[in-house]
Amino acid sequence: MVSYILKRLLIFVPTLFIIITASFFLMRMAPGSPFDGERAISEEIRANILKSYDLDKPMFQQYTNYLFNVIRGDFGPSLKIKDFTVSELIYKSAPTSLTLGFLAMFIAVLLGVFLGSISALHQNSKMDYSIMSFAMVGIVIPNYAIAPILTLIFGIYLAILPVGGWYGVSYMILPTIALSLPYIAYIARITRGSMLDVLSTNFIRTAYAKGLSERKILFKHALKPAILPVVSYLGPSIAGIMTGSVVIESIFDIPGLGRYFIQGSLNRDYPLVMGLVIFYAFIIITMNLIVDILYAYLDPKVKLDK
Amino acid sequence: MMFNKEKINDLSLDKLQISSSIYRDALIRFKRHKMAMTSLLILGLVILLAMIEPWFSPYAYDYVDWNVAFPSAPSISQGHIFGTDSNGRDLFVRLMMGVRISIIIGLLASMVSLTIGVLWGSISGYLGGKTDLIMMRIIDILYAVPFMFLIIILVVVFGKNIYLIFISIGAISWLTMARIVRGQTISIKNKEYIEAAKSYSLPTHLIISRHVIPNLLSTVIIYLTLTIPQVILVESFISFLGLGVQEPNTSLGVLIAEGSRVIEDYPWMFFAPFVFLATILFCFNFIGDGIRDALDQTNK
Amino acid sequence: MLKNRKVWIVAIVLVVIAAVFLFNNKSDSSDSNNTLRVAIMGEPASLDPNFTTGTWENIILTDLFSGLTAKNAKGETVPESAESWKVSPDGTVYTFYLRDNKWSDGIPVTAADFEFAYKRILNPETASSYASMLYVIKGAKDYNTGKAGVEGLGVKAIDDKTLQITLEHPTSYFISMLHHYTFSPLPKHAVEKYGKEWSKPGNMVSNGAYKLVEWKPQSYVKAARNEFYYNNANTKIDNVVYYTQEDRAAILKRFRSNEIDIADDFASDQYEWIAANLPGQYDVSPYMGIYYFAINMKDKIMSNPKVREAINLAIDREFITSKVLKSGEIPATSFVPIGVKNYKPAEFSFKNMSKEERIAKAKQLLLDAGYNEQNPLSVEISYNTSENHKKVSIAVANMLKDIGINYTLTNKEVAVHYKDMQNGNFQIGRAGWIADYDDPASFLYIGETGVGNNYAKFSSKQYDDDFAKAKTLSSEAARNEFYKAAERILLDSAAYIPIYYYVSHNLVSNRIEGFIPNVSNTHPAKYISFKEVK
Repeated sequence: MVSYILKRLLIFVPTLFIIITASFFLMRMAPGSPFDGERAISEEIRANILKSYDLDKPMFQQYTNYLFNVIRGDFGPSLKIKDFTVSELIYKSAPTSLTLGFLAMFIAVLLGVFLGSISALHQNSKMDYSIMSFAMVGIVIPNYAIAPILTLIFGIYLAILPVGGWYGVSYMILPTIALSLPYIAYIARITRGSMLDVLSTNFIRTAYAKGLSERKILFKHALKPAILPVVSYLGPSIAGIMTGSVVIESIFDIPGLGRYFIQGSLNRDYPLVMGLVIFYAFIIITMNLIVDILYAYLDPKVKLDK
Repeated sequence: MMFNKEKINDLSLDKLQISSSIYRDALIRFKRHKMAMTSLLILGLVILLAMIEPWFSPYAYDYVDWNVAFPSAPSISQGHIFGTDSNGRDLFVRLMMGVRISIIIGLLASMVSLTIGVLWGSISGYLGGKTDLIMMRIIDILYAVPFMFLIIILVVVFGKNIYLIFISIGAISWLTMARIVRGQTISIKNKEYIEAAKSYSLPTHLIISRHVIPNLLSTVIIYLTLTIPQVILVESFISFLGLGVQEPNTSLGVLIAEGSRVIEDYPWMFFAPFVFLATILFCFNFIGDGIRDALDQTNK
Repeated sequence: MLKNRKVWIVAIVLVVIAAVFLFNNKSDSSDSNNTLRVAIMGEPASLDPNFTTGTWENIILTDLFSGLTAKNAKGETVPESAESWKVSPDGTVYTFYLRDNKWSDGIPVTAADFEFAYKRILNPETASSYASMLYVIKGAKDYNTGKAGVEGLGVKAIDDKTLQITLEHPTSYFISMLHHYTFSPLPKHAVEKYGKEWSKPGNMVSNGAYKLVEWKPQSYVKAARNEFYYNNANTKIDNVVYYTQEDRAAILKRFRSNEIDIADDFASDQYEWIAANLPGQYDVSPYMGIYYFAINMKDKIMSNPKVREAINLAIDREFITSKVLKSGEIPATSFVPIGVKNYKPAEFSFKNMSKEERIAKAKQLLLDAGYNEQNPLSVEISYNTSENHKKVSIAVANMLKDIGINYTLTNKEVAVHYKDMQNGNFQIGRAGWIADYDDPASFLYIGETGVGNNYAKFSSKQYDDDFAKAKTLSSEAARNEFYKAAERILLDSAAYIPIYYYVSHNLVSNRIEGFIPNVSNTHPAKYISFKEVK
């Protein structure tokens, strides 16, 4: 177990290195500069500004400086939001993004497994068909297209939920639903499939034969093996939810990291974009690792030491 | 030497005949798949409509009707059956253009992703050993890259050149394809026809291109049907963020983005592109299901 | 049994994680009756007056800092930190006499704080992008561009209460520039203590009616009454919350549910709805801003004045404001908007022509320039990403198409668009300008040869002379004559194609008193109060 985790941690370093290098040079290749706006600045003032951010140095030197700073945990200043460093901005907005992400993940697993199990238990019933058609809709239609419909219905026609901002629990409902919808759908589908497999195995049949109640069979015996494929799907879905929240945040005007990323890319705020890429890569890799360990923990057949 | 080559060609011909009968069976099975066939029909109609629209439509996609309100609601008497956008341009015409662009993008990027994925996966799987290890490690690393972020950065770098955007989408969405192909390659690598080709000391690149890749076809087709709608989604997502297609061109993502801002006051501007995008994506998914069912059963 | 426990453990861990995150986010409830809630429609880049550049930050800074002069509720320039001043006969030396005022930590504001602030913003190491505002001061440009030291700078604190500023040339509008945040004093003691960190909540002290309390990025900035402000007795509202959300639609909804008292803007597509449903709670007033297209004079095709004039004639401004934008903007007939300080702008020479006459003339000009159906003119119109710019650019493009000009539209991100505009890498490009101070010079300087914002690269000796002359005249009437002559030249060149004058869009709750619409759209919180509830 320990050696496996170590091995996984080892791949962490080259991965981050490649991500940093690629995004550093890609960002610098982008046309435009962070200091051009509606008010033109003179060449002399531009020189002053470039100098103050060390952007007048040769590119490679900037790159090595950056790497060195990142190793020390310093992501540098934001070029656009001048009163804060990138680390401060991430620190202040990450809780919002992570809350949204984890809520969506939590809802997705809970509802997905629940709906999938019901579908499997009532295979080919009306219930099954309606759940599976709902899942199809969730998978096929992008959440940025569902979000406006949700706001129209709940925010405007019914006027029971706020449509933008992040000031309390009621503000979290619509974004969480919009973000988790495709994943509820996927997880429901996966659960249904694996649950059907499990229910047809001998040991469940034996359990039925013993006269155990359906509920007991489902929760005590079937759920655990059936949930394994869901767990292995958690890795990619965490990555998807984390990056997907970028859109949801901008649609629902949520003060998270996603807007910083889009704004930062458009404004060529190099340090901010870099900091966010590293932060998200870090979260995704870590979550994947946790999911793998969780998988091994749940599945007796997998031994991580191998 | 001459003899050897003929022999090999015979072998592959044999295999080809077998596989062609597999595809015939699959086709029969696919035809029985009602949802898939309906979807194919609908998708075909939508694409046909989008293709022939420029010939029968009275308006060009960038024609501004100065005489109607900006935007104006759907109205047959004004000649705009889906209304106009907020610049007085016929929404139906723009929708059709959006469909064309979305489909072209889907195909183009999928092809790029397919080419890289198949080559990478088959080489890695066929060669095995250290090469395989390194190639797969690279995929592991790329998997950890926040995909959407990379796309946004790429779009920013390449500016608004639509073709470059799709190539870049394709170029980073081949990872899963490569993995699947690799697995499949390893499983067929020890089949006798490959062994035979090897024993005639055919060069590796020829073995891969003539004998390995053709036998991956069903896997590739199945995965392709999943990739196309995904790419369409990614494109519409980028356009939604305002980074995609340039005016006066348009795509379904751009239209949805425009519509979503005014959904309360001018709902048709949102729902018209929404319905088209949803229809296209549903069709691709059902067709994919159909193909998968058809090919999977044949393989069993 | 054991297996099940594992599942439960996993589930419980997930619930706990979710719960922790959920309850970490306390809802924001600052609905005290003495709190003004303002939506400023943008995230401040900085609250350090030396680093801000946006109009929305100005709303906060106006409440926090008191310059030598300030704007009152009607947007007029009035004495603020300076009680009075006198000007030397040659118009270059200004002596300001400061009133007794204190920073929000109780330390008196002195002339040295002003001197310190001006030296800091001009210091090349500070790298302020807006330092050029102070180039009117003697020696400022040389110091800021590294050509000279700070010694030659014409700013001097004679004693605690007297500040002397020497200008490079006589500048008639100097006094009206002084309310701008770049001329704001800085608390020398705090900046020296905290360095770059001085503008953060907890460190910042200010000399205006309010002091900074909290800043939550992407959410709000909070300010509270500054007890040490000299006129504190007349400040009515204790706390101000500035919401920084950008989404106009969301702000409107929050305004409707009484979560916001004043919003600095609303989405133009909501105008009709607001006019019908919120009577008396919105304000659309002329604003000192011009929306225009610049034509690149260095471009081979565009250097032909006939082509430029044809484009100028083809654009139906009335149509753009009334049918495309529909939110109260005023079709432009000049480059300097109406409403700028007693100035009556020069107008398009074709102002009185009918639409048909203009189109006919435009077509004729194109023919004269050698373009016809076989050899049509093709132009590229570029704009920076924004829904409104897109709409206007598409409309303009199609108006050009109607006189036989083919077009391509290029949408660029802000960072690329303005760089290309400055580097002359465009044909027709959208831009806009909001005046920094209430004087035609704030607009007309754009036409000066070699100015960074002169995207069109327009250059005219006569223009430069007229403009320079106007700046030195102390009589307003005489000055305006020269301004007008200069503007005439600029309009006739069609290097700049004004489209419309900006208007300010405000949502103002009917609980609010003291909000007076004005052309500079300045509404300091200290003049605002809540109506008595009966």
